[in-house]
Amino acid sequence: MEMLFEEEQRKIQTISDRLQRDSNSIAVLVINKDGQEIARSGQTKDLDITSLSSLFAGNVAATSAIAKLLKEEEFGGQFHEGTKYNVNISVVAKRAILAVLFDSNSSIGLVRLRVRRASEEMAKVFEELVNKIQQQQKGSGGGHGPNIAGEITDDDIDKLFGE
Amino acid sequence: MSFINYSSREINCKLVYYGPGLCGKTTNLQYIYEKTNPDAKGKMISLATETERTLFFDFLPLSLGEIRGFKTRFHLYTVPGQVFYEASRRLILKSVDGVVFVADSQEARFEANIESLEDLRGNLVEAGYNVDKMPFVIQYNKRDMPNVMPVEDLRRELNPNNVPDFEAIAVKGDGVFETLKAVAKLVLTELKGQKKG
Repeated sequence: MEMLFEEEQRKIQTISDRLQRDSNSIAVLVINKDGQEIARSGQTKDLDITSLSSLFAGNVAATSAIAKLLKEEEFGGQFHEGTKYNVNISVVAKRAILAVLFDSNSSIGLVRLRVRRASEEMAKVFEELVNKIQQQQKGSGGGHGPNIAGEITDDDIDKLFGE
Repeated sequence: MSFINYSSREINCKLVYYGPGLCGKTTNLQYIYEKTNPDAKGKMISLATETERTLFFDFLPLSLGEIRGFKTRFHLYTVPGQVFYEASRRLILKSVDGVVFVADSQEARFEANIESLEDLRGNLVEAGYNVDKMPFVIQYNKRDMPNVMPVEDLRRELNPNNVPDFEAIAVKGDGVFETLKAVAKLVLTELKGQKKG
């Protein structure tokens, strides 16, 4: 299973917030490669984040498969130009997807510049997260992070299904 | 792969509906979508062709309630059933936590069921799953059609490991929620068993 702890989520959130401000974009979404949300920043109230996350992940997965078929290691990123929204999609540390939604108040050049810096910072946090999860797996974490999966009982599952 | 987010206090799991073309995978999701309270579901997304055949996937996010203060969220996906969408099926199976194999009960589709099940097993093995141990249920759909095979025959051919199986008429909703509940329960039981990482 994959996990995200509060400490790393806060760090990613801080980087995401700054990226959104510095790039003058409308919104920033950070999602894992399976399409689960990690952080969101900016004007996201009217966005269907769950659907967008799933579609961005599907898009990145398909693009990555195309790259493999063409013997490319990975395509660097994607840019979609619309009338209201432009979207820049990139992969961070092979683990997460960073989607920046912006309009004419920003530019693709500025977005890519800011994304590069934010990606480097996020990659470090993901590395910390992986180490933490590995420590927990080994049981040497000394209480590193909680473990809800270990606390679930058959009763909890039965109750969820009204049995 | 299930994703536990301690920040938003959510347990996220991925379910995939697999099966031959036109067996009723999308119909299962459509029925679940129609019958689920608005506050427990997100938008259903269908990436389909102009003739409403699934091109990439259908997607439906569902909330099943809370376990120990954690929201349990299931992301339901279907694969495109037509044989030539092999590459897309492999992508969608990535990180799956539980699989529903929707079989078409009609005699004429028996070979298609076998072919799809073999395709599923091959893709799961390639993705590193132990097919015989992962959460897996089978649904024998279209029980209302003429020329359906007896369930015992389908079970013998498609379900040698005796995983939970259900008869269904997905278009009317029969067996749809029973199937979903069974696979969701298996996924959470598996998660409980993993305990760590």
